[in-house]
Amino acid sequence: MLLIHCPYCDETLPEAEFAYAGEAHVARPLDPSSTSDEEWRDFLFIRSNVKGDHFERWRHAHGCGRFFNAVRDTVSDRFLTTYKAGAPRPDLTALKDAAE
Amino acid sequence: MTVLPTNFVPEPLATSAAATVTLLAPTARFSLRVWPEDRARLSAALTLELPVTIGQRARGTAPDGTEALCVGPDEWILVAPDGAGPAIEAACGDAYCDAPHSLVALPDREVSVRIEGPKAAELLTLGCPRDLDALIAGQGRRTVFDGVSVILWRDAAQEFRLDVWRSFAPHVLALLETGCRELALD
Repeated sequence: MLLIHCPYCDETLPEAEFAYAGEAHVARPLDPSSTSDEEWRDFLFIRSNVKGDHFERWRHAHGCGRFFNAVRDTVSDRFLTTYKAGAPRPDLTALKDAAE
Repeated sequence: MTVLPTNFVPEPLATSAAATVTLLAPTARFSLRVWPEDRARLSAALTLELPVTIGQRARGTAPDGTEALCVGPDEWILVAPDGAGPAIEAACGDAYCDAPHSLVALPDREVSVRIEGPKAAELLTLGCPRDLDALIAGQGRRTVFDGVSVILWRDAAQEFRLDVWRSFAPHVLALLETGCRELALD
C-alpha cells in the first residue's frame, strides 16, 4: 500500500484513506462560451498521460476531505512531494535533487 | 435494508479476554463548519476553544461539556450528552449574524461503540490501516474502517470510541464481534 502525506493533516497515511482525482493543474477556461470545440475537448478529455513524474490530484476522502496535489513517478509509484491545492507547481529538478 | 435508530440498544455487544465492545447510548452530534476568521466567535458561543490542529480535541464547560474534534481545516465534530442539542443550536444561532457558519445536527446519522480491553488497539487493526500508535490518547481522527468512513476517538491507551454511520453499522459491528472472539483464542 502507498503511504501518502496529506499536506492539510500533516501526516503520512495509508492509501486506503485517499482517492485519486486525475491530473492536476488542468484549469477550466475562464470564458467557456468563447473557446473552440477543440479547446473545450482538450480541457475535458485530453490528458498528458506521462510516463515518469506526474502532477496529479488526490483527495483525503476518509479524513479531512480536502483535495491536494502530488508529484508521483508513474513508473516506480514514488511520491516526490505533496502540496496544497492552489499552490504553484513545484520545480521538478529541485524536487528530484532533494530526493536523490 | 433499512437500519433504524431503534435497531440499536445500548448494551455490551461482545466480551472476551481480548476486548469488550459496547454499543453506547445516543448522544447529540453536530457537524460544524466555519471560516478561520470566525472561529473565535464560535469558540466563545460554545464556551470551548475550537482546536486548530486536525485530530485535536477540546471539551467545554457549558452547555453540558460539549466535546469538539477538529476533523478538517474548517470542520469540527461536536458531541454532547443527549438532550444538549437545543442549547448548542441556540448558542450558535445567537452568533450566526456575527459569524456565519454551518451547524448540522446529526444525532441519528451515527452510532457509537466503545472498544476497550488489553487488545483493543489490535482489534481495530482488523479494519483500520492507520498506524494507531500515532494516534495519541486524548485525540481523535476521521479515518477508514474496512472501507467505511468512521470517527475514531482514543480516550485512553486501550480505550477507543468509534462513530459509524448507521447504515454501515451492522457490517462494522459484526466485524468487531468476530474479531473480539478471534483475538481471545490465542
